[in-house]
Amino acid sequence: MEDLKATPLRMHHEGLKALMAPFGGWLMPIQYEGILAEHKWCREQAALFDICHMGEFLFKGDLVAEGLEDVFTFSVKSIPAGRSRYGFLLNERGGVIDDLIVFRLAEDEVMIVVNAATTGNDLAVIRSRLKPGAQLTDISARTAKVDLQGPLSRDVLVEVIGPQVAGIPFFKFIRTKVLGADALVSRTGYTGELGYEIFLPAEKVAGLWERLLRDPRVKPAGLGARDLLRLEVGYSLYGNDLDDNTTPLAAGLSAFVNLDKSFVGKEALLEEQRKGADMVKIAFKGNSRRSPRHHYEIFHGGAKAGTVTSGAFSPMLGVGIGLGFVKPEAAKPGTVLTIKQDRVEMEAEVVELPFYPGGSLRS
Amino acid sequence: MAKHYTREHEWVSVSGTVATVGISDHAAHELGDITFVELPQAGKSVKQFDILAAIESVKAASDIYSPLSGKVIEVNSRLDDAPELVNQSAEDAGWICKLEASDLGEVGALMDEAAYQEFVQGLV
Repeated sequence: MEDLKATPLRMHHEGLKALMAPFGGWLMPIQYEGILAEHKWCREQAALFDICHMGEFLFKGDLVAEGLEDVFTFSVKSIPAGRSRYGFLLNERGGVIDDLIVFRLAEDEVMIVVNAATTGNDLAVIRSRLKPGAQLTDISARTAKVDLQGPLSRDVLVEVIGPQVAGIPFFKFIRTKVLGADALVSRTGYTGELGYEIFLPAEKVAGLWERLLRDPRVKPAGLGARDLLRLEVGYSLYGNDLDDNTTPLAAGLSAFVNLDKSFVGKEALLEEQRKGADMVKIAFKGNSRRSPRHHYEIFHGGAKAGTVTSGAFSPMLGVGIGLGFVKPEAAKPGTVLTIKQDRVEMEAEVVELPFYPGGSLRS
Repeated sequence: MAKHYTREHEWVSVSGTVATVGISDHAAHELGDITFVELPQAGKSVKQFDILAAIESVKAASDIYSPLSGKVIEVNSRLDDAPELVNQSAEDAGWICKLEASDLGEVGALMDEAAYQEFVQGLV
């Protein structure tokens, strides 16, 4: 436990009697009052998450001349200022080193937001692909991030931050003052609900956390609820559903790969496109409240066809749901599968994403 | 008769030869939100400490072991649609099943409430 990093909000979580556990090298709140209650609050009201563990890098300079344009699976230079884009950092084999979001701050300035556990390696890899001396700074330690997610999140933030929040469209952001501090407020999230990610200086986050929790529409939610919320909309979790042996094409995420530009891993993706992937991602739905779980085995027609990478009981659907990778012949929607582990056995059907389409994401 | 407990956190309460079985409040709290209970088939015979049922929470799937030998005579079918009853009332309304116990002498291998509380304290 000694080596775990703590966010600036650790004492607040302990004060709220959160259950804390290690995640990506950090001691993080897993739940406060309970995962299902927090999940429900996010679907119906506004849930507040401490996401300070995620990494942020600042790049300054000419995007093309310094080499940043060729680092990711998407074009950075074509992102208009005030917008962000999701995509991948790949290895030579086309495997996903990380999934991330790039925020275009200005003509010559972007912020890159990455997963917690991969922050150190991402920084080294990105740096190795830039021109020597390029300005890439790890600002993770001084940058705090909280997410407010849920159908009431806009109303709450208009009151707490100001009317400028009201008009932010999906995947756009504004730079504004939040309780007197310079902040970036982005209309993004990981829950399928209307929601915002707020980046601000680490020393200012406690004030915002306390202010938001004074609002009766807001309750804190932990990483347990966050995992359930993202799975119900089918978002991949790095480390479970994506890793450096998985390509974005196999993971069904080719929408975030631009094969018309150059990037590391492109040749491997083109090769995979010609030959077809050995294993492809599926979403599946069970026929009972039983939960599929990470590492359970998937069978099709009596033969092993793949492995579950994420699974849970979905409160919105009332049945077990999951993501997994299977041989392509078992991946067609409607295919009936058997999920097994030890004594557990359940039937499931391949379905299209999202599992839960009813969220307020674009409202 | 007073409740007795196993080291796997099941409880049993015997009335005549009918033994009502569930999981302890401590176990329900540790599991977190319970989302599914696999109830045993009525008529199923089990030996003491055999697997009797299974329970799933948002965090984990666990087996439930039988505190006594016997035959399942009734299951708490309310748990099919409302497994959260186990969180709300693990040692009462959230009972799992009833057994016709075949050897009440087996109670001697279980802990009484005071011994179980001490056992749980020792786990923390």
